[in-house]
Amino acid sequence: MIDRLNKYLTKKTETATLAFFRLAFGLMMLFSIIRFVSYGWVEKMYIKPQFHFTFYGFEWVKPLGNFTYLLFFICGLSALMVAIGYKYRIAIIVFFLSFTYIELIDKTTYLNHYYFISLVSFILIFLPANAAYSVDAYKNPLKAFQQIPSWTVDVIKLMLGIVYFYAGLAKLNSDWLIDAMPLKMWLPMSSGMPVVGEFLNQNWTHYTLSWCGAIYDLAIPFLLLYRRTRIVAFVLVVIFHVFTKMLFPIGVFPYVMIISTLIFFEAGFHKKVLQKISGLFKMNWNQFENGLIKNQSFSFSEKLKIGFLTAFMAFQLLFPFRYLLYPEELFWTEEGFRFSWRVMLMEKSGYTQFKVTDAVTKKTTYVDNSQFLTPFQEKQMSFQPDFILEYAHFLRDHYKKIGYNDPEVRVESYVALNGRLSQKYIDPNANLAKENESFKHKTWILPFNDEIKGL
Amino acid sequence: MKKILLLIGFTALFAACSSSDNGSDSSGDGYDRTALLTNWADNIIIPSFENYQTKVNTLQTEIAAFTAAPTETDLQEVRTAWVEAYKAFQYVSIYEIGKAEEVNFVSCTNIYPTNTTGIEANIASGTYNFSLISQFDKQGFPALDYMINGLGADDAAIVAFYTSNGNATNYKQYLTDLAARLKTNADAIVNDWNGSYRSTFIGSNGNSVSSSVNRMVNIFVKNYEKNVRAGKVGIPAGIFSSGTTYPNKVEGYYKNDISKVLLNEAVKASQDFFNGKHFNAAETGPGLKAYLEYLNVVKSGQPLSTIINNQFTTIFNANALLNDSFSQQIFTDNSKMIAAYDQLQWNVVYFKADMMPALNITVDYVDADGD
Repeated sequence: MIDRLNKYLTKKTETATLAFFRLAFGLMMLFSIIRFVSYGWVEKMYIKPQFHFTFYGFEWVKPLGNFTYLLFFICGLSALMVAIGYKYRIAIIVFFLSFTYIELIDKTTYLNHYYFISLVSFILIFLPANAAYSVDAYKNPLKAFQQIPSWTVDVIKLMLGIVYFYAGLAKLNSDWLIDAMPLKMWLPMSSGMPVVGEFLNQNWTHYTLSWCGAIYDLAIPFLLLYRRTRIVAFVLVVIFHVFTKMLFPIGVFPYVMIISTLIFFEAGFHKKVLQKISGLFKMNWNQFENGLIKNQSFSFSEKLKIGFLTAFMAFQLLFPFRYLLYPEELFWTEEGFRFSWRVMLMEKSGYTQFKVTDAVTKKTTYVDNSQFLTPFQEKQMSFQPDFILEYAHFLRDHYKKIGYNDPEVRVESYVALNGRLSQKYIDPNANLAKENESFKHKTWILPFNDEIKGL
Repeated sequence: MKKILLLIGFTALFAACSSSDNGSDSSGDGYDRTALLTNWADNIIIPSFENYQTKVNTLQTEIAAFTAAPTETDLQEVRTAWVEAYKAFQYVSIYEIGKAEEVNFVSCTNIYPTNTTGIEANIASGTYNFSLISQFDKQGFPALDYMINGLGADDAAIVAFYTSNGNATNYKQYLTDLAARLKTNADAIVNDWNGSYRSTFIGSNGNSVSSSVNRMVNIFVKNYEKNVRAGKVGIPAGIFSSGTTYPNKVEGYYKNDISKVLLNEAVKASQDFFNGKHFNAAETGPGLKAYLEYLNVVKSGQPLSTIINNQFTTIFNANALLNDSFSQQIFTDNSKMIAAYDQLQWNVVYFKADMMPALNITVDYVDADGD
């Protein structure tokens, strides 16, 4: 066992593969940051809102006002440095911290693919991705190695595999497979599309795409791993992501996934691409093909690193299953929903009417949400219990400041999930001002009068 | 190798072509929004406003006759015309868009309870500018209500204000000015629709936040929520004041036997708009109902359009149990008011949590992966 482990850890692969991933990842992140800023979303998401929904335990992460732009600049610059492999270790640490900080400011904008980026950039901190085809290795030939331990590439493949496979597992439920929900609601919204539009209104299309989507997600990591199915798998990856891109507003995620899966290809492909690019910059790539091997050392610090990454990946495998520790329906309470690769699974919408009551005079005010929240925040808040609670606390503090005695906050709230009619969501008698956020089950969420079978 | 590069090139091209991530995906759901907007404009909104205009004209004529020689008989005529115009107003209060939005149509036509002290002050001074926001609660149908129903204990006492009162001239002038103000707005709105606004409205047929369908649905739901549900029932029944009721905040307070009639008209107007029903005709055309059916929106096994129409039926049944005078109803048995409110509320929920997301009425645009 130990032998096999040692043997695996000393296995080699071409550095070009990891270097290719580094370059592609860095450039995509740079593009993604530029896109975000150019759409004016920094202003809209992080500067304009007077209130932000924070992650439990990360309430101390605050927007930086106009300095948020500086944060984006630092993030973009570090992404570029990662791409070209210049002062790589510092650059990837700065990228990980700045990107993650941005994502932690407001959970309204939470997307699985942002979480994916944070995780990958964290893993990249520990990998020798600048050992070839990088400015670092170009300037200092002592840092250039043609080969590196192959686990450093496998760990990225594993991360990608988890994203797909877990997204597939999450689809194995009765709403997705038996009712073709939510695709049945979403696809008709695009039925004005040329050529395929008319099919999007048809029942069999909804079922076919639901089932194909689930099978695709479960199978694709394995199809990419085996050489014989790789090309077919990549074609499927492209078709799948381009199609979702056309149907849904999912931003850069499709490109990130398409480009990332190229890591499964043989090193020869990565080399050719990198050498072409090196050529463009009149860079002599021969010095990267120096035949040198960066052997896996078994020093204490290296052992510690490998042990830590192993634990980290084991955590990734287990963490998405934490929902099993909660009672009630996951889709309804969303306890354990985020950070679990549950992508495009639910059509959920809500309506909330908050009431604030003065505990002494019993004077009651009905809250106009648009006075405090952006439309996007209000939309996200209306069907997620932790948002509702945090907003209730914000209202409590606000009304206390303007003179209410010990304000009581209650909410009349209705939520519609995956084609079910709206039903009451939060106990209208619960005084949310007195409820606290925790990892425990929220008892003030009313029961979901239905059952979704499956994982 | 070449194959792979070719594939990647293809991907880039494909992706570039499909890249429409600024939100207003022009293809949308394929529903004919032009036909929808045309039906709304030509068969619902414009005829409703024209009908309202006619009724306001009659009201003005009756008021002119009354002020020329005030009698109790003429006062009755004014009241009849006022009720008819007030009912017609319930059909147009939904469409505060275009010119109506510009002139704050609903606010300067139907703020109640009306400001009687302010009205008396206006009459005493004889100078006032109805365009000022501060004057909104001293005009419109509630102000007329006070002027023709609330000045005295009986008709003789009311007519006396316009004949023997020391300030009778000013009273007559105020009554005349109130009618004139209604007419000015009605004329301006109808002219605008019959002029350039109709094509502006229909031309904005996309699905961005500022497109006509999005705006109209938002305005429709807001009117139903704020003016119908809250204004006519919720506020007087004490829903928004921890149970403290306000019998004086009912619509048509001084006349006091028309709040139910007006509520039912307003609910009917909302239902008709939802169904795309032509004004004053049995025929229906493209509307929210047809749109939901086009998208085959089924909720818990039933078409959402059916659920909403069934709820309208339930609302009318709850309303039927109410006294013609809501003030009376609040005194005798406020629970029936609350029951009516609860039924009205359900359609707010269905509109906001079920219908608007199904129609993809854009709240705001940003990336989303559906979680």
